Amino acid sequence: MIEVRAQLKRPNFELDATLQLNHRVAAIFGPSGSGKSTLLGVIAGIIKPDNGRVVVNGECLFDSQKRINRPIHERRIGLVFQDGRLFPHLDVQQNLTYALNFIPRDQQQFNFEHIVKLLEIGQLLQQRPHQISGGEKQRVALGRALLSSPRLLMLDEPLASLDERLKNQILPFLKLIADEINIPMIYISHSRKEIMQITNNLINIESGQIKG
Amino acid sequence: MLELLQFSTSELSILGLSLKVALFCILLILIPATAVAWLLARKSFFGKSLLDSLIHLPLVLPPVVPGFLLLLLLGNQGIIGKYLNAYFGISLAFTWMGAVVASAVMAFPLMVRSIRQAISQVDRGLEIAAQSLGAHPLRVFFTITLPLSMSGIITGLILAFSRSMGEFGATITFVGNIENETRTLPLAIYSYTQVPDGDLPALRLVILSVVLALGALMVSDRLERKANQQIGRDHD
Repeated sequence: MIEVRAQLKRPNFELDATLQLNHRVAAIFGPSGSGKSTLLGVIAGIIKPDNGRVVVNGECLFDSQKRINRPIHERRIGLVFQDGRLFPHLDVQQNLTYALNFIPRDQQQFNFEHIVKLLEIGQLLQQRPHQISGGEKQRVALGRALLSSPRLLMLDEPLASLDERLKNQILPFLKLIADEINIPMIYISHSRKEIMQITNNLINIESGQIKG
Repeated sequence: MLELLQFSTSELSILGLSLKVALFCILLILIPATAVAWLLARKSFFGKSLLDSLIHLPLVLPPVVPGFLLLLLLGNQGIIGKYLNAYFGISLAFTWMGAVVASAVMAFPLMVRSIRQAISQVDRGLEIAAQSLGAHPLRVFFTITLPLSMSGIITGLILAFSRSMGEFGATITFVGNIENETRTLPLAIYSYTQVPDGDLPALRLVILSVVLALGALMVSDRLERKANQQIGRDHD
């Protein structure tokens, strides 16, 4: 389903990774600085590799040889970051519906009420991001990404900034999304324990190289 | 004491002219200043530091210098002014529109500076998040970057407005000191100090200037506070 080849050289870092993901849910695992987030950046279009190719569900998003490089906003890849990145000037509802302005109605995969119910964020809709807790923020960020009807959902250390208790509150939601929502998903984390609760399809990355 | 508050109609029309010039000045530069601020904050390109220096030049030059250059460029016999006059019938020299242009040149760097600073403080991660949700970079600019820079834009507007209200050197050089056309507050104060019995009207206009400046600062502070509350940032 997802095919990535990426070579990229920076002054003190080198990424040379080839991977093919055939399962709907996969996890990329590795210590910090191993290149996980760079790989995510390449797939999402945030980082341009020197060489490589990115194909998602048969659609080529990047190909250095054919000079294809679709911009971020055309890739339709939903991202959830460690720090949530909710828009501080918009309330929760406006954050959730932000993407709906850009996606034709017939391509919208999810119903707003359904996502709100699934993630149990109905009581937060009128709040601003600075008024809600870290765990709530991540649920909203997840909902916001889902409502953009992505062809691929990528989560980059979504639990890393939460304490143990909050992690355990969010994990069930992530599991729910992984199990019940029919979108390919890549979960990135440095914690094997966390990943094992989501999926068994593990890709190990170390100093910019895939270790299997 | 009471004489200090008895403004004559000619003094009030000086105030009106100054407000008109300052208002048109900020309207004229708001969009270009925002565009340039965004370029300087977010892009790297050939000649960037030259552009940066050119924009800041009016801040460090004696104001008569830009005024004189404007005369050479946009005066009725000027390199560009000639054509403006011949083809569009627009004459900037010695008109209030020229005063707008003169103060715009002087206020432009101030507005660029504060908007640029505000834009560079907007987390790029938020812009990337918005793009990943399908928003074209232009939409990201208007829906994320701009609203989050609002306090800097307000500061820039107030600074530019005040600069325009206070502009003297470039204005008098480019458009002269013509009553009811280019004699703004500072020029009028200066003129009154040059004539006998001018002290009292000069003082009245000085008081007016101080009140206006204080008012502008207070309005700006309130608006900034409000803009910061909107995004959940404490006033700093």
